[in-house]
Amino acid sequence: MIEILSYTFMQKAFISGIVIAIACSLLGMFLVLRKFSLIGDGIAHISFGGVATGLLFNITPFIGAFLFGLIGSFGILKLKEKSHLHGDTAIGIVSHASLGIGIFIASIASGFNVDILSYLFGSILSIKTTELVLSVILALTVISFILIYYKDLFYISFDEESAKVSGIKVDFLNSMLIVLTAITIVCSMNIVGLMLASSLIILPSASALQIKTSFKKTLVYSVLISVMSVVSGLVVAYYYDFAVSGTIVMINAVIFLSLLIYNKLQSHYSARRLSASQ
Amino acid sequence: MENVLQLEKVSFSYGNSDAVKNISLIVEEGDFVGLIGPNGSGKTTLLKIILGILTPQKGSVYLFEKNLKEFSEWCKIGYVPQKATNIDKNFPATVYEVVSMGLLPVLKFPKIITKDDDNKIKNALSVVKMDEYSQNRITELSGGQQQRVLIAKALVTAPKILILDEPTTGVDQENQKAFYDLLGKLNNKGMTIILVSHDIGRITQYVTKIASINQKLEFYGSHKEFCSRDKEHKHEHSLCLDKG
Repeated sequence: MIEILSYTFMQKAFISGIVIAIACSLLGMFLVLRKFSLIGDGIAHISFGGVATGLLFNITPFIGAFLFGLIGSFGILKLKEKSHLHGDTAIGIVSHASLGIGIFIASIASGFNVDILSYLFGSILSIKTTELVLSVILALTVISFILIYYKDLFYISFDEESAKVSGIKVDFLNSMLIVLTAITIVCSMNIVGLMLASSLIILPSASALQIKTSFKKTLVYSVLISVMSVVSGLVVAYYYDFAVSGTIVMINAVIFLSLLIYNKLQSHYSARRLSASQ
Repeated sequence: MENVLQLEKVSFSYGNSDAVKNISLIVEEGDFVGLIGPNGSGKTTLLKIILGILTPQKGSVYLFEKNLKEFSEWCKIGYVPQKATNIDKNFPATVYEVVSMGLLPVLKFPKIITKDDDNKIKNALSVVKMDEYSQNRITELSGGQQQRVLIAKALVTAPKILILDEPTTGVDQENQKAFYDLLGKLNNKGMTIILVSHDIGRITQYVTKIASINQKLEFYGSHKEFCSRDKEHKHEHSLCLDKG
């Protein structure tokens, strides 16, 4: 374990990985409960266009992805509002348009396809110090926002209409959730890659929801599962030379399946105990 | 006596279809108003206008004698949505956490629950006789119990008016009676209540006024006046059968 931490690239991966894991799990809980979880996938596709544009114009791809993610997320909100399209249709239109831009640029500008692959599938070796600092600052911003508005977000996730009647700024919070998702996806790009970026948003929250406890505890479990999966994924990938992103996602999937099976077995046996006692 | 709610010639339409048309009425402090009407009559639209969720295209709404556009004291309003049937089975919240949401309009930054707030939550749960379930998950409860928890959430800020939208949907007969008894007791203690319901036979035991709407306001007055009006029209309304 000490050996693994002696490498600068692993230190960077652990620092950004842990901060991003916390941001993804906190944000993910609200997105999953609000049935917005696939917006992460949409924004990841949008960011791909930004990465390709960044590489083409020699701008840091992180900045390109961030700007595309931010503009694209506002584009989704505006398209949904102005054209009265369903949310998933608006996400599909904007994300595929941006994905198309990315593929088009990659096809006309051969030479940076290797770089593009590292953003698509994640590459801890490619984390630059500026990107590390930016992603940690942005992830900490996401964490702070969620901690400040945690109760309001909890209320709108439970019942948006009642929250509105209570004077909570529902539209502002809904917009912020999408903007924060864009920021988080871009931050997690180096660790898990754009292809699997939304997995860190969805899986830890879905796993924690299987534990069936209070909201506060569910949120804490979600953070613990997320951090544990990123740390163990980095360690396993380092020692066995696996792809980091795939390892992290597979660990998350195993945790989810284990909790799901445990949950089902528990309900089955408690139902049997109840019928035996009657 | 203070006017808790005043509607002045309120109209709202969805596109070309009128949902509510030219409705004027006054709800006074201590009233228990049953808002009735057939499906699609505009009851829920009217409720959303009163709650500020929809803005009327014509007319004005006053809450506590203040125009709705300037009204900000939402802690005076307790709203119980038609929610029990819609609670997500996986939603991870305890009864205590759900009731604590009701305090949000009055909590100051950083919105931490103080000992005083904790007492308010416990008191609200005790009013609806759900105190022993405070640490249970809301999804583990029956429809009737969930609805009681939502009332506790609405009562936690000690509102002046309680507005309920079809609160007994999905609740069994026995629990419905207990639920309406609870509303009756709250009204007897001075709480103003507006209840949207299709269960007109049951609510007549408790309401002091009836507002019958079908896009337009067809009737607004006491239960007695409503029955005599019905008899004049020579059709016994189920609403007039139950009142003792």
